[in-house]
Amino acid sequence: MKNIKEVLKERILILDGAMGTMLQRHKFSEEDFRGERFKDWEHPLQGNNDLLSITQPESIADVHRQYFAAGADIVETNTFSGTTIAMADYFLEDYVYELNYESARIAKKVANEFTAKEPNKPRFVAGSIGPTNKTASMSPDVNDPGFRGVTFDQLRIAYKQQVEALLDGGVDLLLVETIFDTLNAKAALFAIEEVKEERNIDVPVMVSGTITDASGRTLSGQTAEAFLISISHIPVLSVGFNCALGASQLVPHLEVLSAKSNYAVSAHPNAGLPNAFGEYDESPAQMAAQIKEYAEKGLVNIVGGCCGTTPEHIKAIAEVVGKYKPRIVAR
Amino acid sequence: MTKIEQRTTNNEQRFLKLSGLEPLVVTPETNFVNVGERTNVAGSKKFLRLIKEEKFEEALSVAREQVEGGAQIIDINMDDGLIDGKEAMVKFLNLVIAEPDISRVPIMIDSSKWEIIEAGLQVVQGKCVVNSISLKEGEKEFKHHAKLIKRYGAAVIIMAFDETGQADNYDRRIEIATRSYNILVNEVNFAPEDIIFDLNIFPVATGMEEHKLNALDFIKATKWVRENLPHCSVSGGVSNVSFSFRGNDPVREAMHSVFLYHAIQAGMNMGIVNPSLLGVYDDIPKDLLERVEDVVLNRRDDATERLLDFAESVVGEAKTSKIDLSWREEPLQNRITRALVKGIDQYIIDDVEEARVNANKPIEVIEGNLMAGMNVVGDLFGSGKMFLPQVVKSARVMKKAVAYLLPYIEEEKLRTASQPPKGESHWRKANPVLYGLLKEHAKRMRNVPTEAEKMLWNALSNKNLDGYKFRRQHIVGEYITDFICLKQNLIIEVDGLIHQLPENKKSDQERTTWLEEQGYKVIRFTNNEVLTELELVLTKIHKVLKALPSGAGGAAGRILMATVKGDVHDIGKNIVSVVLACNNYEIIDLGVMVPPEKIIQAAIEHNVDVIGLSGLITPSLDEMVFLAKEMERQNFKVPLLIGGATTSKAHTAVKIDTQYSNTVVHVNDASRAVTVVGDLLQKETSNDYKKNIKLDYESFRDKFLSRTKAKDYKTIAEARKNKFQINWEDTKISKPNQLGIQVIEDLDLEKFEPYIDWSPFFRGWELHGKYPDILTDDVVGEQAVELFADAQKMLKKIFKEKKLIAKAIFGLFPANAISDDDIQVEAPIQPPPQREEFHSDLMTERSQSQFVFRTLRQQLQRREGVPDYALADFIAPKSSGKQDYIGCFCVTTGFGADEMADAYKDNLDDYNSILVKALADRLAEAYAEYLHKEVRTKYWGYASNETLSNEDLINENYKGIRPAPGYPACPDHLEKLTIWELLDVENKIGVKLTESLAMWPASSVSGYYFANPEARYFGLGKIKEDQVEDFAKRKGISLEEATRWLATNIAEAP
Repeated sequence: MKNIKEVLKERILILDGAMGTMLQRHKFSEEDFRGERFKDWEHPLQGNNDLLSITQPESIADVHRQYFAAGADIVETNTFSGTTIAMADYFLEDYVYELNYESARIAKKVANEFTAKEPNKPRFVAGSIGPTNKTASMSPDVNDPGFRGVTFDQLRIAYKQQVEALLDGGVDLLLVETIFDTLNAKAALFAIEEVKEERNIDVPVMVSGTITDASGRTLSGQTAEAFLISISHIPVLSVGFNCALGASQLVPHLEVLSAKSNYAVSAHPNAGLPNAFGEYDESPAQMAAQIKEYAEKGLVNIVGGCCGTTPEHIKAIAEVVGKYKPRIVAR
Repeated sequence: MTKIEQRTTNNEQRFLKLSGLEPLVVTPETNFVNVGERTNVAGSKKFLRLIKEEKFEEALSVAREQVEGGAQIIDINMDDGLIDGKEAMVKFLNLVIAEPDISRVPIMIDSSKWEIIEAGLQVVQGKCVVNSISLKEGEKEFKHHAKLIKRYGAAVIIMAFDETGQADNYDRRIEIATRSYNILVNEVNFAPEDIIFDLNIFPVATGMEEHKLNALDFIKATKWVRENLPHCSVSGGVSNVSFSFRGNDPVREAMHSVFLYHAIQAGMNMGIVNPSLLGVYDDIPKDLLERVEDVVLNRRDDATERLLDFAESVVGEAKTSKIDLSWREEPLQNRITRALVKGIDQYIIDDVEEARVNANKPIEVIEGNLMAGMNVVGDLFGSGKMFLPQVVKSARVMKKAVAYLLPYIEEEKLRTASQPPKGESHWRKANPVLYGLLKEHAKRMRNVPTEAEKMLWNALSNKNLDGYKFRRQHIVGEYITDFICLKQNLIIEVDGLIHQLPENKKSDQERTTWLEEQGYKVIRFTNNEVLTELELVLTKIHKVLKALPSGAGGAAGRILMATVKGDVHDIGKNIVSVVLACNNYEIIDLGVMVPPEKIIQAAIEHNVDVIGLSGLITPSLDEMVFLAKEMERQNFKVPLLIGGATTSKAHTAVKIDTQYSNTVVHVNDASRAVTVVGDLLQKETSNDYKKNIKLDYESFRDKFLSRTKAKDYKTIAEARKNKFQINWEDTKISKPNQLGIQVIEDLDLEKFEPYIDWSPFFRGWELHGKYPDILTDDVVGEQAVELFADAQKMLKKIFKEKKLIAKAIFGLFPANAISDDDIQVEAPIQPPPQREEFHSDLMTERSQSQFVFRTLRQQLQRREGVPDYALADFIAPKSSGKQDYIGCFCVTTGFGADEMADAYKDNLDDYNSILVKALADRLAEAYAEYLHKEVRTKYWGYASNETLSNEDLINENYKGIRPAPGYPACPDHLEKLTIWELLDVENKIGVKLTESLAMWPASSVSGYYFANPEARYFGLGKIKEDQVEDFAKRKGISLEEATRWLATNIAEAP
């Protein structure tokens, strides 16, 4: 199988779209979320999408399958909230390893199916590492700006566990994503470095921040370039942005990354901005038309979708960018 | 040495990139990255205190100021034995991160403890710099820390330090740098661009041979490192280089500039520099530059000596060379405000001219642009962010600006041909016949008002409308106005009543136009409006009144300032005047030695809002009491302010407040004067404020009086029994080498400079602290340094131009104590008596060649075994059979001071005017110190071996004392008369005594010399009537007179 770094030089890689949006289509009930395994769990579990990798593994595999079929080169594991910190809401801290391991295994299995069918187009699995629901450099209490809800070490330990499980489950790369607080991401990167060192392995890492609004900054206040500088100490595969904004709103920030970054650049925006009902309603054609601009300008090496995107979106995007050369990476 | 493999190609650019919320990329074009160093407990006493006291808010403001001041990185250090560095680092960083205006810049985490560094790295999202690690503890630890730093995503400062010690020469610097670099890049895989070397900046010009190359080696090593260790940076703490010139900022600034100039050229691209101690290389005077470069670059063997010699001549001078002119690019108002706040008068004329050209009327520049700036000054001063010397400098700028505008304002007045409103007396004289007619008519009109007039008058009379005084049927020119507020020049006309005088019929419009030309504002209402909508009419009038500038010139109020009769000191008064003037008050300054009748007259004439009295010597207190009585008698209402060295809240409350039924306030510093006057004149609140003051003084008085009752006193007879005993049998009395009187003329003032006690000088400018510590004080240090530099400059000028003349007279005489408290002096020659009105008192007491000093004795009951001192105790009594000696003296440095000060004042420079006087005072004190030393070691010679530093002198570590009449040991000013007569002071050196026995010129000092080693300074404290009576008798003056002169020292009757 070809190394992803080599493939990156050849073409713009396609990342998958939203997992949550796809799972919502199933309208899973509390019972569905619990499955047989957690039917007696003391706490409600509905909405814990990551858990579906254990209780509804076929549905997860099906989503991956749809994205690969739509043209994705990389799918993300269903592990956005797979840390002890995020799982604490459901009191499922003890299942974090299994959740990540199973999610990785499911995705990898589907990827292998596709690679086997189409060996010249290898499919990859990225272990999704979300931001957790706590921030290390912002206070949750407006009256006490010096207070922190989580420490670097707590994050590092939680991330390390997730990383180990994802790697054990067979992911090809790691994706630290939806970073609204760079310090959280730095803890994840620190954990990844520890694991790499301990296992004496190298694993490609994608880093993807989130510009929260029109201010052009992350939630923790950094500009795109400051964010880039803050995470560039680790040799990563790519740096990019995802979530919060639609494809066209991301352009100026991708331009910064593209100009300043020596790494590959990724983008997986939402399907536009949410409408009055909080839904993302940009059509595949609309979104693909905007992403065409990325490709025309040579801004990106990896594109995909975040909230509100579906296999149809990914298909449209894949068709558009397939005609363009990837951005040239400096090193 | 290992050869470094060139890892990079030309097209690969690897720059040091750091981040806070925003990026900082250090490129070759960056030139120099300045690291803020104030948030460092090891370097800033203030910051340490704030952290210790957990004043994190204030500590944050230190960080913020640095960022606002241009620091591109802030260094944070919590290494102090008394704080938990790790906890403090984390807490402070967490707070910094929450402040976007601070955390936008990258942070340098500075500690010698790894655990603190690591704790810091764990709370900062941006890419930091770790300051620092080194090979000091060996390779293993070095690599371990470097690896973690990389993993945390920070750049690192590497100290040129290894297992054997710190690199202190060129070879060691490059050896350690190379070894560190190789380990980091090749073994730890550390990004080379994230390596910053601190190659150790050490002081030069220390006088030690081995330090000569310190700067040059650093510069050369920097060049080598930048050329041979690709992509790394070089940093350092620049101020170290000038360490040996601490206290000489001009030289330090030049050294920093020179050092940086060469180090930056060699490749130093980052560093810790205090921006206020950095000059502009090109602005360094050529001679200084040459000597500094000689030292820094070690260009000649005697470089250090030459710079040291030269340094003495540049103390305090080069400060002005540090000029950042970027503010000149800002909008006009910003420039004017800045000029006022910073006291920069260089460009004010240009700026004011620009404002004038843009304004409709020149007066608008004063009322708009300049006042806006002065309001900022007032706010900063009020909130303690500006200090007195700065405010006085602001006033100088303001004065210059106003002086420039005045001709234009006059011209404008002429151009518009509108005369200021003229008073009734003018119209009476202008056309007496018409005036008479009008007056008759007006009188009639007042008696037969219309309904509308009656209603409006009812609402306006008796200052019913917000305190504005209105008159009715007032004559202006050929018109009778219905209602007029003279203070605001507002006329109110009620239609239907205006054509009463048939021979003067003119249209309403003509009439209004004419009145407006006279400078009045006219508003008209119809009868109907007044009758049906009185409320509305009144609201409208009120609104107009409020909108009008109050009084003439738009001043916030008019304040009379005077130093009372018999007193000559005016530095404090002048400072208060300047500061009040800055706050838009008009100051009527009557100067010094102002008799009470003149104060009263001027107060009436100028219709002042406040009277301020100042005095330094005790008799002035009586003058103030007298004036308060006069004000009461003449039915004054305006507040009376009391200030000056001898005044106190107690005296004001007990003696002055009781004489005047209106407000009396004791105000002893300029900053308080502004708020007090503001509160007194604030229309809305002044009544409450005045009432509160009266109550406050009353209760203070009650407390004070009941407190004094608690004290017990001995009778004078008892006190004398408990006098201070010297064993005269065993005491060796040294006979002065030169008995008799000597005059010293025209001594070079420079001689006194080393004897200057600077602390009181700073105190005079309301900068509190001890010299020289005050120069590095966290709060006032910067200001003190600036003031000190100005003072040094002025001193040099005084020395060079010989504007002040020093004179001294002193005498050493045989003397013995007689009858317990008196000292009999044998005068060699009988000088002719000079002051007829006083000498008669003395004549009765002494023979032809004998003078008697009367001393006063402590009477307050104190603990057992403590003697009750009088100065006479320090002189051998006649009964001992031993011949003792006493001296007395008068020195002055004040001749020429007033002229010099006035010349500045005439040139609108109050700052330097006050500075001259303050320095003249210091020089007089220094002269007294100098002369005392000369007397001790030469003329009297009893301490010929003494070697005392100036500090010792200030701390009075010498043997013998020189108490001065009017001061604590001998508060009786009358004794000055005896000294004057004994030495013939006025004839010989021209120093006069005023009726209150103040010395003129003000910068004069007089006193006695006591040589006995047991002689000591003491405070007389309060005495009782029995001693006063005895004193009067001994002195041959009436009890009344004695009581008057000793008033402040007489204990209240129980």
